[in-house]
Amino acid sequence: MSAVTLPLLAAAGESGRSVLSPSGVEIVFLLVAVVVLGAAILCVTSRHLVHAALYLVVALGGLAVEYLLLTAEFIAWVQVLIYLGSVVVLLLFGLMLTRAPIGPSPDADSRNRPLALVVALAAAATLVTLVVDAFRTTWIDLSTPHGRSDALGESLFRTWVLPFEALSVLLLAALVGAIVISRARRADSEEGQG
Amino acid sequence: MTTTTAAVLVPLLPFAAAALILLTGRSAPGFVRPLAVLPTLAAAALTVLVAVRQGGDAPLTAATVLTPTGDPDLPIELALHLDGFAVLVAALVAVVATAVQLYSTGYLRDDPRYPSYAALVSLFTAAMLLVVYTDDLIVLLVGWEVMGICSYFLVGHYWERPAARAAALKAFLVTKLGDVPFLIGILVLASEAGTFRISHIVNGLTSSLADFELERPTLVALLLLAGVAGKSAQFPLHTWLPGAMAGPTPASALIHAATMVAAGVYVVARLLPVFTASTAALLVLAVVAALTAVGAAVAALAQDDLKRVLAYSTIGQLGLMAGALAVGSRDAAVFHLLTHGAFKALLFLAAGVLITVAGTGSLGVMARTRDIKRRAPDAFWAMTIGLLALAAIPPFSGFFSKEAILHAAETAALDPAGAPAGVPAAGAWLVLAATLLTALLTAAYATRLWLMAFHDPVSARPEPLPQPPAVSGVTTLVLWLLAVPALLMGLGYRWLPSWLDGTSLAPTPATSAVATGAALIGGAATWAAWRRRYEMDEPPDPGLSLLGSRFHADAAAGFRLDAATTALAARPTEGAARLTRFVDRTVVDTYVRGAAALPGLLGRLVRRAQNGNAQTYLTVLVAAVVVLLVTTALASAGG
Amino acid sequence: MHLVHPATLAVLLFCVGLYGVLARRNTVLVLMSVELMLAAVSLNLVAFDVWLADELHSGQVFTLFLIALAAAEIGIGLAIVLLVYRRRGTVALDRLRALRDGPGAAEATGGTDGAEQPTANDAARGQETTTP
Repeated sequence: MSAVTLPLLAAAGESGRSVLSPSGVEIVFLLVAVVVLGAAILCVTSRHLVHAALYLVVALGGLAVEYLLLTAEFIAWVQVLIYLGSVVVLLLFGLMLTRAPIGPSPDADSRNRPLALVVALAAAATLVTLVVDAFRTTWIDLSTPHGRSDALGESLFRTWVLPFEALSVLLLAALVGAIVISRARRADSEEGQG
Repeated sequence: MTTTTAAVLVPLLPFAAAALILLTGRSAPGFVRPLAVLPTLAAAALTVLVAVRQGGDAPLTAATVLTPTGDPDLPIELALHLDGFAVLVAALVAVVATAVQLYSTGYLRDDPRYPSYAALVSLFTAAMLLVVYTDDLIVLLVGWEVMGICSYFLVGHYWERPAARAAALKAFLVTKLGDVPFLIGILVLASEAGTFRISHIVNGLTSSLADFELERPTLVALLLLAGVAGKSAQFPLHTWLPGAMAGPTPASALIHAATMVAAGVYVVARLLPVFTASTAALLVLAVVAALTAVGAAVAALAQDDLKRVLAYSTIGQLGLMAGALAVGSRDAAVFHLLTHGAFKALLFLAAGVLITVAGTGSLGVMARTRDIKRRAPDAFWAMTIGLLALAAIPPFSGFFSKEAILHAAETAALDPAGAPAGVPAAGAWLVLAATLLTALLTAAYATRLWLMAFHDPVSARPEPLPQPPAVSGVTTLVLWLLAVPALLMGLGYRWLPSWLDGTSLAPTPATSAVATGAALIGGAATWAAWRRRYEMDEPPDPGLSLLGSRFHADAAAGFRLDAATTALAARPTEGAARLTRFVDRTVVDTYVRGAAALPGLLGRLVRRAQNGNAQTYLTVLVAAVVVLLVTTALASAGG
Repeated sequence: MHLVHPATLAVLLFCVGLYGVLARRNTVLVLMSVELMLAAVSLNLVAFDVWLADELHSGQVFTLFLIALAAAEIGIGLAIVLLVYRRRGTVALDRLRALRDGPGAAEATGGTDGAEQPTANDAARGQETTTP
């Protein structure tokens, strides 16, 4: 890690216009990263299903903070709105509707767990090695904010307007699909049971 | 109408009739009878016209190229060659065919398959006439094979009976066994002679001017002989003919007595110079002819079925014709062919009436049945005339033609210098002896047939006759029409030489006396045996006394030739088939199964992984991706 | 800021999500883990976009798209999960094995009615949706 920290300190001296000093940004980033990772790990290991959803909230919220630290403010607020506002609520509804137990459920993990652990650790080791090896001499210049809403909006509605519209159609299709799946199959199962 | 046009029309008329009957037989059954009879009748009239016009003059030849072959010098031609042999045999064929068609209108009155029968007989007639008139070997072969297939269908006319099906198949296969060498022989002959035209080949071989000889005459002659033996039912390919009696009686009369079986003899007569070019082939022909004639006559003496007696008699008479050819006398052979065609057709048609009246074809049953003579007087008289002709009693037709054969054989045996070149003296002696022996035996079985079917010395026949179906007038008319040539054709020896090669066919006193004496001895011995058996109250079959019971059984089974064929050909083939099946099932299939087992094993292993749990699949997938990733990273780092 | 930090965080977050996808039994929990993986990807996109200072803001725009897609995915996925639950009475991923090979596969699904084939398809589709 010493090879990593030395350039970090060197980079910290270059910019001074941020609220936090560059090294401060970095420290906050790392702290929040620890929180995000911890919440994520708790989310995938918790035996309380509802707790897992709440840990997910923490992880995603922490991620929004990370976006802010990376000066991508618009993304951060979208993350908060969409993920925290709707996705997690949806997931909670899902848990509720599938009658997830309130207390700890001993069978939250499948028998595949040891194998999953091995695979995930191997993947993590490989990827971390590669990423660290690839980007150990790369720094992000955070002196000019890069994720401001006006710039992003301009780009979105000039360059990316066509994919944007396509995406809106996709969302509509997903909406219709979700409704169709729920409704048609309900009639189906009623027939089957009747 | 020129003679050539008439000759062209002759095969075309029955052919067109056959096509028309096949096309309209189902929709317009009323037209079948006229369509069957009238074109054949017209063809018969035309053949007689052609024969009279030709009148033994120089051969008429007309040809047009039918199709080129690979060799521009060797085209297949639609050629006519009208010499005395051709016009006479064609007249015989057409007249017998007309008689048979007429007879069939009555005989097969109630047969539901009469249209197809009539069409096949017409087609057969057309093919036979084509064979007779054509001058091209390939066209001859076409007619030859069409006859074969018609014979197959007609023998199997009553295909509901297993015996008929088996007989049809046997006839087809045995004749094909001869036809394959025949085809090869034709091709060898044509490639050596440089032409398919029979007249060109014969002229080249006989003309003293043309310096032309076959390179392999024995090979060609023996190959052709195989086809002839198949078609003309010579030993050892004769076994199909007795079985072929399963067909309708008129078809037997036409095909298996008068015409098709004569085609082989006719072809040898046309191509005789090819055969005389090889002494060995003539010797083989003489041996085959002698064996066939004597063996068939003995077998005929032991048969119980009326039609089988006649079938064996046909084989024997064909053997005599082949014997005449073996001593180089095609005049005698064709003369006997003509008379035999007439009286054998008569015999078969009379036998058809007789079987209908008696309700059975078995001589043993007829011998115990009363009044056949009175119930079927026409058949009785026709049969009597035919049998007298067969037994060569003067002045019936068979006497003169057999006399011609005997005379030719005697000439060749006693005076080799006077015989045609290339005729072996040993063969001539063999033919002479066989002909005399056959004359004796023929008279014996003819007498036996006549006595057993019509007579009993003590009027002691127990079984009354069932009420017979009416015999139609047409049938009777045909019988008497055919009786005339059977009776009188022998006298044609005066005029026939002018049509044929010109050798005298007149009977000589010495051979006449010997042959007639042999015939009388045979007849008398049979009559004596028959009387004695009646007096000793035994089954009234003189053949049993004459042959002895064990030999009789052998002869009745055709000398067990079928059993020998089974042992020599069928059993090894079946054994080979079983061996092949065994090898295929146990050896080849083992490899196949082994080849299938390994993928099967792998498949069973792999399908265990297919446990339905998506998480397992995904885990394996991600693990594989990680492994790939590590490998790629290491490779790129190392590289 | 050193680029290694967000990149490493994204990698670790992704692997945690991966572990969740592979190890969790409840299908809703698997969907949550998928959200974690998607979030990791989003973080990567944002970090690299900021690093490259892209004029078109490709990374951030794609992150927006990704969030929208995630919302769509979670909607459809949950609809399917609910349907499976209604039909099978369970959302345990390792019990939805109607597509396994061999005899008796249909009995192992815990199906209640005769409509085995469509329900098996539903289960499979649900699982496919959880594997991005």
